[in-house]
Amino acid sequence: MAATSVEHLHSDGHFVTPQDKYSSMKLGMWLFIATEILLFGGLFAVYAIYRAKFPEMFFNGRDELSLLLGTTNTVILIVSSFSIAMGVTAIQRGKKNLLTFLIIVTLLCGALFGVNKYFEYTAKFHHGIFPSTDIFFALYFMMTSLHMLHVIVGMAILFIIMIFNMKGKYSPSNYTAPEVGALYWHLVDVIWIYLFGLLYLVA
Amino acid sequence: MADGTMVEAVRPTYLDRKGFLSWALTLDHKRLGIMYLVTIMVFFLFAGIMGMLVRLELLTPGKTVMGPDTYNQIFTIHGAVMIFIVIVPGISATFGNFLIPLMIGARDVIFPRLNLFSYWIYVGGALIALVSLLHPIDTGWTFYTPYSIRTGTSVIPITFGVFVMGFSSILTGLNFIVTIHKLRAPGMNWHRMPLFIWAAYSTAVIQVLATPVIAITLLLLIAERVFGIGFFDPAKGGDPILFQHFFWFYSHPVVYIMILPAFGVISEIIPVFSRKPIFGYKAIAYSSIAIALIGFLVWGHHLFVSGMAGWVAKVFSFLTFLVAIPTAIKVWNWLATMYRGSIDLKTPMLYALGFLFLFTIAGLTGLFLGTLAINVHLHDTYFVVAHFHYTMMGGTIMMLFAAMHFWFPKMIGKMYGEAVAKIAFALIFIGFNLTFIPQFIMGMEGMPRRYYDYLPQYHYQHVLSSIGALVLGVGILVMLINLIYCIFKGEKAPSNPFGSKSWEWQTTSPPPTENFEEIPQVTDWTYGYGKKN
Amino acid sequence: MNWLPEAASSIAGRVDNVIWFVTIISLVFFVFITALLVVFAIKYRRRSEDDETPYQVSHHTLEVVWTIIPSILVMVIFVYGFVVFEDLRTPPKDAMEINVTGKQWLWQFHYDNGKSTINELFVPEGRPVKLVMTSDDVLHSFFVPEFRVKQDLVPGMYTYLWFKAIKKGEFNIFCAEYCGTNHSGMLGKVKVLSPADFEKWKTSKEELIAGANLVEAGAELYTKRACIGCHSIDGSPMVGPTFKGIFGRQETLADGQEITVDENYLRKSIYEPQAQVVKGYQPIMPSFKGIISDNEVSALIAYMKSLK
Ligand code: HEA
Ligand code: HEA
Ligand code: HEC
Ligand code: CUA
Ligand SMILES: [Cu+2]
Repeated sequence: MAATSVEHLHSDGHFVTPQDKYSSMKLGMWLFIATEILLFGGLFAVYAIYRAKFPEMFFNGRDELSLLLGTTNTVILIVSSFSIAMGVTAIQRGKKNLLTFLIIVTLLCGALFGVNKYFEYTAKFHHGIFPSTDIFFALYFMMTSLHMLHVIVGMAILFIIMIFNMKGKYSPSNYTAPEVGALYWHLVDVIWIYLFGLLYLVA
Repeated sequence: MADGTMVEAVRPTYLDRKGFLSWALTLDHKRLGIMYLVTIMVFFLFAGIMGMLVRLELLTPGKTVMGPDTYNQIFTIHGAVMIFIVIVPGISATFGNFLIPLMIGARDVIFPRLNLFSYWIYVGGALIALVSLLHPIDTGWTFYTPYSIRTGTSVIPITFGVFVMGFSSILTGLNFIVTIHKLRAPGMNWHRMPLFIWAAYSTAVIQVLATPVIAITLLLLIAERVFGIGFFDPAKGGDPILFQHFFWFYSHPVVYIMILPAFGVISEIIPVFSRKPIFGYKAIAYSSIAIALIGFLVWGHHLFVSGMAGWVAKVFSFLTFLVAIPTAIKVWNWLATMYRGSIDLKTPMLYALGFLFLFTIAGLTGLFLGTLAINVHLHDTYFVVAHFHYTMMGGTIMMLFAAMHFWFPKMIGKMYGEAVAKIAFALIFIGFNLTFIPQFIMGMEGMPRRYYDYLPQYHYQHVLSSIGALVLGVGILVMLINLIYCIFKGEKAPSNPFGSKSWEWQTTSPPPTENFEEIPQVTDWTYGYGKKN
Repeated sequence: MNWLPEAASSIAGRVDNVIWFVTIISLVFFVFITALLVVFAIKYRRRSEDDETPYQVSHHTLEVVWTIIPSILVMVIFVYGFVVFEDLRTPPKDAMEINVTGKQWLWQFHYDNGKSTINELFVPEGRPVKLVMTSDDVLHSFFVPEFRVKQDLVPGMYTYLWFKAIKKGEFNIFCAEYCGTNHSGMLGKVKVLSPADFEKWKTSKEELIAGANLVEAGAELYTKRACIGCHSIDGSPMVGPTFKGIFGRQETLADGQEITVDENYLRKSIYEPQAQVVKGYQPIMPSFKGIISDNEVSALIAYMKSLK
């Protein structure tokens, strides 16, 4: 048996049907999303504890944040979630080029989000606000930068999917990767909405 | 096929292809299992030698061979490497990888590329952690703040390394869960799965759910050191006890990541060598799941004297006792399996009996620690040290050794040397008890742990313990030499030397690359020993 | 073989009862399980390759029994441990309070009349004492095996511990929470005096050791004030520089300055240790201002001078 075909067997050989592959990938992604939620869950717990302990600090901290930039970013991410969801529908209907286009839109949104973050961070630094300033800002920087990291990873995943899509790997009978990628992107979006509420809108 | 006559592998075995790259880039779960095993054993020896150095230093009060800082670094490395690099991936990454697909009648795990990736993340993380050896960390494996924020030693490399290895753990767990859900051979419904699979499944659940929490905890610790944030630093309004809660929220469930696969191994060994069906199959299977879930709720028993509120301590004590019950049930079931069996005392079975003995001590001393009034006296003494060596060394590592003998013929295609293996077992068993029983006693007498120096009144027990460690070390050495020798010079093994009914034994030894010529059709569970009437 | 240390506090005996209770239950199970293992391994050993064994997969009554019995037992243990713990943690209202500060690597005790000691805790026999504890730096843990009490000291908050000594004598205090280099040297003594002696001690103004000359008094203080934990007198380096030959020694400070050790330098080193830090050492020596009197400093200096 030739080497390549043996390794091939270990990579794909046992997916009996495309449906199996699809459901396996989805289950895998859901598990991964569970771990992500727990990862941020740890930070949410820290948030809850210190907010109960230092409510003043959290209100004052919130006032330092730019509600405008925060809201803009929220809108941007929601738009991007829409576009990628539409992308998945597109490929299910065989509209390959539409998927490429919608991924580009999503990626642009992600990039715009990053640019905004950049402005937000530098403005903070100019005002002499750093992660070591107080616990609120420690949380703010930890949460948003960890989230930003996820945005970047999400963009990388979508970018790879876009390349594969342009090579014609996906079709109405095989759209597992775009769908799973989109799932991940939605996660990134949902986490942001929580962060937005907790950090910018503390009441 | 099960009669052990088929010796010659017709098809190429998974070991046939040679060359470094064929291993480094392999997608074959069996090869990855072997790679994990070799890597983990290397780290085990390294950390074991650190443990021997600890024992050497404690041979006399005051300075024996090293100063206090060196001592603190050595026990930290010993503990951290043993826990994070050796025993957390432990049985699940090694034998889990090798066996899961074989046992459920599949050709591989469901995401083989991810599996390979996990291995290399693990190696990468371990190497990052080892960078800290340049200026070894001295916090103890628990990294308690605020000491870990202030110490000048390299905390960041090792915590970051552990963080990276966490990904490997999560991805392996995820891979196993999906594999077990999706790739069982036709007819293998949940109640026909070998118990090792149940154990691996429960372990994987904990890996996926607990690891993210340690990841974020260590990230926060790193951020405390790098950016000066103060979640855990009282000087900045933070709370050091919060760190302990976060740490143990992962690190208690992690003890079940360590022990459940060992339960899985023993559940495979006892029926084969007693030639009886496993007793209480469902009880064992479901109690694994119960342990995995309740195990998440007991972390606070490490904090009884930390300064947390009293009523919280009571809840945690209660839950700790609750989680002991499913374990007790398992012990009874293993004993009942042996009852009226035909017991063959081959080496794996000896290890299994040794495990039952040692783990009973381990678990019962856990009850002492879970009892609030007693914990106050025993917390952070050598009693705790002895308790967790009984669980981890006497429990998990013993079962790892058992597995290394039991599946040796399957993995390598040769038999291990029975006589020498038994001598090694005797040395390990005696040496181990001699090392750690004196520690229970001095713990009761009040000897605190992580002590470089001690009062003369504990000298006697420390000497006994150090002698025991030497015997134990020699035993391990003999065992390893025997196994390595047999890889090259061992007798050729039949495909099923012990007469097991489990699926991995129904293919040739070593298995062909594709595991089974045809995916098996499963019609029964794998414990159908004995005469039905 | 003494499985438990002497029981020297009012609660210790009750804790021991819990320990014995759990020990006995555990021994019963342990002996039972070990016996089964041995008996089965011998009685049912394989005699021939075609031994016949029964196909026996479950037995409901048995399974219920072996689930219920341990469950009941652990609940009993839980409640028993809980009840005693409750008392272990609740100080009586009339307890005498003493403040405790842990720092790397010594214990400081402050009494309500302003008196303070290092590493030596004086308490009266037969009277409940409540320790109000905190830490200056990292975690420590106050542990007296003979009293069966232990409690962590946490920087930034107070924790409490109480006991009533029922035996006169000296008992070891251990630091049970890892706190760095000299964790194992962070030892102290509880000295239980009769109530009368305690009152006498507490109100006495005696500072130097009576009837001793300055060098002898310094030698005594060297141990009593815990210098011994960080400074050797035989030339070996510890956490701090050795006292051997210290007087007149040329020292390089961390900022590069060169000095010769004289009385004023020594005095300053004790009261403001961070002001002039010796090169190659961490600035971790605690200040003894307000703890060591001027007379005591003179005695210590005399002692250091004598260490040629
Ligand atoms: C594999 C690892 C492993 C396992 C399985 C366990 C199992 C248990 N552990 Fe242990 N434990 C550790 C690893 C492990 N532990 C480690 C590493 C530490 C210290 C870490 C550190 O501080 O560095 C620790 C510390 C630790 C503490 C904290 C001590 C302290 O620091 O103060 C406590 C307290 O409750 C505890 C309790 C228990 C209990 C109740 C069980 C139970 O699950 C045991 C259940 C088993 C049995 C009960 C025995 C079998 C049953 C029978 C024989 C039948 C009869 C049964 C009954 C009557 C109930 N453990
Ligand atoms: C998987 C977990 C694991 C395992 C297997 C071990 C195995 C051993 N451990 Fe350890 N240990 C821990 C996990 C583990 N330990 C942890 C988590 C801590 C707490 C750390 C902390 O406080 O932060 C600890 C702490 C700890 C202490 C307490 C230190 C202190 O508190 O001051 C001691 C002291 O005796 C000790 C000893 C040993 C010994 C002698 C072995 C032996 O079983 C080792 C046997 C192995 C070998 C010896 C190597 C293989 C043999 C050879 C290479 C042959 C050649 C060698 C010779 C003949 C000498 N360990
Ligand atoms: C916790 C540890 C610790 C304790 C306890 C301690 N010291 Fe020190 N000491 C140090 C360290 C570390 C240095 C070196 C750094 C410095 O100069 O501050 C030092 C420096 C000194 C020096 C200057 C030494 C030199 O070579 O110039 C003197 C004098 C001194 N200590 C006296 C004392 C006396 C007297 C006591 C007890 C009453 C004491 N120390 C207790 C840690 C300690
Ligand atoms: Cu203070 Cu250990
Ligand atoms: Cu635990």
